Amino acid sequence: MKRSGIKKFTFVDFIIMLIITILCLTCILPFLHILSKSISDSSHVLAKKIYFWPKDINFEAYIAIFKDGQLTHSMLYSVLVTLIFTVLGVITTVMAAWPLSRKRLKGRTVFTFIIMFTMYFGAGLIPTYLLYSNLNLLNTMWVLILPLIFAPYNFLIMKTYFQSTVPDSLEESAYLDGASNTQILLKIVLPISKPILATIALFLAVGRWNAYEDSKFFITSKSLHMIQYLLSMMVLSVSDAEKISISEASAITTTPEVIQAAAIMFVSLPVLCIYPFVQKYFVKGVMIGAIKG
Amino acid sequence: MFKRKQNYSILANTHISWKKALKRDWELYLLLSVPLLLTIIFKYGAYPGLRIAFMNYLPAKGYEGSEWVGFETFRKVFKDRDFIIALRNSLIFNFLEVIVSFPMPIILALMLNELRFARFKKVAQTILYLPHFLSWAIIASIAYTLFRTETGLINNFLINVGLREEGIPFLTKNLHWAATYLSIGVWAGMGWGSIIYLAAINSINEELYEAAMIDGAGRWRRMWHITLPGIKPTIITLLIMTLGRLMGSNYERLSSMGNVNVKAVQYQLAIYIYEKGLASGSGFSKAAAVGLFQSFVGLLLVLASDRFAKVLGEDGLI
Repeated sequence: MKRSGIKKFTFVDFIIMLIITILCLTCILPFLHILSKSISDSSHVLAKKIYFWPKDINFEAYIAIFKDGQLTHSMLYSVLVTLIFTVLGVITTVMAAWPLSRKRLKGRTVFTFIIMFTMYFGAGLIPTYLLYSNLNLLNTMWVLILPLIFAPYNFLIMKTYFQSTVPDSLEESAYLDGASNTQILLKIVLPISKPILATIALFLAVGRWNAYEDSKFFITSKSLHMIQYLLSMMVLSVSDAEKISISEASAITTTPEVIQAAAIMFVSLPVLCIYPFVQKYFVKGVMIGAIKG
Repeated sequence: MFKRKQNYSILANTHISWKKALKRDWELYLLLSVPLLLTIIFKYGAYPGLRIAFMNYLPAKGYEGSEWVGFETFRKVFKDRDFIIALRNSLIFNFLEVIVSFPMPIILALMLNELRFARFKKVAQTILYLPHFLSWAIIASIAYTLFRTETGLINNFLINVGLREEGIPFLTKNLHWAATYLSIGVWAGMGWGSIIYLAAINSINEELYEAAMIDGAGRWRRMWHITLPGIKPTIITLLIMTLGRLMGSNYERLSSMGNVNVKAVQYQLAIYIYEKGLASGSGFSKAAAVGLFQSFVGLLLVLASDRFAKVLGEDGLI
């Protein structure tokens, strides 16, 4: 706005606003459609008459989901996994980023290289699978947590932040006043680093919440799967062997299509609710990450 | 509080002995040991498993019982028709991705920058970033709801208003699927990708625009002569990074969007590795060999891109 110079609202301005509005609609309307479908009477859905407004509103599909219990159980489980993952992830990222952001630390180049190399050269699926198998991690909740909590990319962002916001001089004056390395970290560094801690926590939480290929690769028991994988098996699976459906008994009053719509809404809801409030922290993280990496 | 002697400054240079370094910074090394251990166990711990690419690995026999075959597995893989198809599809799709998906965030950032109303811009940005926060399971579920031939929203609409006799096979014919797949990739990545460019645009010196306006430069000339040159370094860096990922392939995205009808175009390296390796259980060595090939070429591409960026006078990536 500040760069548009002459204050007249031109035709080009109108066209640009129009295009942006259409793009925004492509992000909103699909959800509106699925929401409408999920709370409409199934006869209208089968007649293909539902667009962006529900008809004969009822919540049968959601009731069926709660009665069936698979998705609700998985939702609680996924929240738990994501919470543990995020807390451990932030802690381990600080544990690496803080020391390696200090120029005086002997060996820092070597340690940083050891960490960053893994970002550019992965062993691949099969060796990873064999490793988890040897560590007895397959088919446990921990296979979704431990291998991924410490990520080089998050480390890089946090290290860059520490380097630019905690100058050596600040640390030195605290040190000369008799503070130990641990006190400096806990009493000085972390309190002034809340924005980056929030950003990394959100990166970790969203990453864990959305990823599900590890559920497919490393876990066989259904109760340990992340909810995203369950959704993909409900809506996307073609083969009947893989397909999960809401049990017949609880779905008696509605149709699979409506239930699928309700399942999509149910799984999307946490992100849709939290996202508007946390989005700004992400933008900050992307900016810091863009400096290097 | 007790004051330390000045000459014991923690900013003393790094050229001290390990003994002194450990004595001074033992807390820092202790902290570092945990993430370092995680890296060594879970990342470096997997590297020895790469040796099965040079073996005829049978899960029942384990590492010890399986025989070494040198590069035999690689020779077999490079003759494997499925591998050739997967490699070809991966390269074609990644290349198309560069052409189709890469420019969109730039165009979007330029448009967002031209918006006159600050409030509108802010709301639009918030909405456009949303797809980035959705899993591929949700994105693909939405895609199926909208694009299915029989019951998808778009086809329902087209048929209901009489524009078409029967639905368009968005997800079930190879070329249609490729177009849908790429468009959804654009949709999912566009908003988020624009953040970096908007940041670059904001860091351009305001005086340049003022001077240009005094000289009577219109919107397009300002965009062409100031904004685009101003974000050129960002564009080049990101383009090179994208080229470095030419070998990559995203299992979640491919498998969630895939179905039996479009196997011919959806079959890419990630699918090959999963199906030959984990799903069948008999092709571990083959799948590991392809994984190693993919990682190795990926690493070379990143190194080449980094060198290339530095030759062009940009910041390196590593």
